[in-house]
Amino acid sequence: MSFGSHMLHLVVILFAAIFTDNILLARFLGMCSFLSVSRQVKTAVGLGFAVVFVMTFTISLDWFAYRYVLQPYGIEYFRFILFIIIIAAFVQFIEMAIERYSPVLYQNLGIFLPLITVNCAILGASLFMVIRDYDLAEGIAFGLGSGIGWMLAIVAMAGIRERLNNARIPKGLQGPGITLIIAGLMALAFIGFTGVLSSR
Amino acid sequence: MASFVVPITVISGIGAILAAVLVFAERVITNYGDVQVDINQGDKKLTVRGGGSLLETLTTQKIFIPSACGGRGTCGYCKVKVSEGAGPLLPTEEPYMDAQERGEGIRLSCQIKLRNDLKIEIPAELLTIKEYLCTCDEIIDYTYDIKQFRLTVLDGQLMKYTPGQYVQVLAPQYDKSNEEVYRAYSISSDPADKRAIELIVRRVSDGICTTYLFDYLKKGDKVRINGPYGRFYLRDTSAPVIFIAGGSGIAPIKCMLHDMKNNNNARKSIFFFGIRTTKDLFLEQEMKQLETELPKFKFVPVISQPEPGAPWQGAVGRVTNVAEDYLKQQDDVGNYEGYLCGSPGMIDASVEILTKCGITEDKIYYDKFS
Repeated sequence: MSFGSHMLHLVVILFAAIFTDNILLARFLGMCSFLSVSRQVKTAVGLGFAVVFVMTFTISLDWFAYRYVLQPYGIEYFRFILFIIIIAAFVQFIEMAIERYSPVLYQNLGIFLPLITVNCAILGASLFMVIRDYDLAEGIAFGLGSGIGWMLAIVAMAGIRERLNNARIPKGLQGPGITLIIAGLMALAFIGFTGVLSSR
Repeated sequence: MASFVVPITVISGIGAILAAVLVFAERVITNYGDVQVDINQGDKKLTVRGGGSLLETLTTQKIFIPSACGGRGTCGYCKVKVSEGAGPLLPTEEPYMDAQERGEGIRLSCQIKLRNDLKIEIPAELLTIKEYLCTCDEIIDYTYDIKQFRLTVLDGQLMKYTPGQYVQVLAPQYDKSNEEVYRAYSISSDPADKRAIELIVRRVSDGICTTYLFDYLKKGDKVRINGPYGRFYLRDTSAPVIFIAGGSGIAPIKCMLHDMKNNNNARKSIFFFGIRTTKDLFLEQEMKQLETELPKFKFVPVISQPEPGAPWQGAVGRVTNVAEDYLKQQDDVGNYEGYLCGSPGMIDASVEILTKCGITEDKIYYDKFS
């Protein structure tokens, strides 16, 4: 593969992860924080950026751990445990570092980090990387794309829910009910993209 | 054999390495060195180790900010004004702040981490708060659920407090509680006694501190307290006074009445004491005694649910209604000051009655037991 076509391949993976194979709306990963932290656009953006950041970095760390530890010892089946440990440790470390060196960033992003440790989209992205046999560059493109896709979905949801504050919703549907219906409609729209791009 | 030893060693090894990195990072990264805390514009300057919360750091420096939840950010009591160095309001603080407090820079001291030099402002009386080691040398049963504890301060220290204020009692770890908790109780004793204080405590079922005081504390045991706290005290005017209290709410008012007697304060005053049944009545003799010593003081116990056949000659009904009837007969109601102490429900009802009768809210002072 020439350099040019490799770059194109990475761009395809990036956009596929954002739109056609959106980790949240097509794979339904990371739903809990998507439903609970999507009341305001401002907080959704903060959480979204935190996910983009953590996902991109943990996917590269997990790639190294998989390629240089799990594969040589033939213990790929330990990837679930190892990936979780790495994600948790990375998030902890980043939280400490941000709090120390950038209080402003901590205000806007750091307070969301503990929410992310248990976000299944982060672990899911690393596991997809293994299933699809990505190399490092592909993994990073996929992680970045998945993060941006997740952020896109939660910010859109927060925007809709802010508007919903002024809408008259039947009592039984208020709160989680209408939120799940909206998530379903958004997922339908995103599934419409399926097949336009292939991330494989 | 090796088939499971190797994988387990590898995975545990990686886990151990990551844990070591985190421990090391915590040592290096969260080491903020010494920071300076300036209290009340230079009144007091502390140099303390950074990294902890403002509340816990002040506590180690023997400055006690009132807090009921122990720094978990759930009670919203530990508010202090931070004029410099705290950064923007955290999402964990927002629910406890109204618009005015936000504007003034009021913060929850348990949520603020000491990362850099801070300038804070706290009520001056908090600086006089100290910790005292006492012995409990008398326990009196007043009713089936109310006891009085007399605590004598050791080390010859004197406790300076304003009548009406309260102290926090430390309940140590014991059988039924594995954490130390502080609970607040009003001082009820005669302020002329500088060596000891008395607390009147009503048993709370399953209360950590009251269970400790009622079932575990013995005469002669050591008790740790800190204080005094509170802004519930008799204002220095000559206005007539209406006291309303329920149950153990009598404590701070008893202390104020002793103080009035000591200072030959001849203010007109009346005390409506609300209780449920005759079994709940206590301190009647002491109040009668105070009636003879204070020329213009009157004590009115009010029973809400008299037992059939009980020999009760006094007032019956809700304490607020009896107080209302009294106020309606006074032609100088507007001059009265109201002092209330008891449960939140009783206080809210009393405030409503007093304002309805024409006492403005700025002349109603209260201490809510919750």
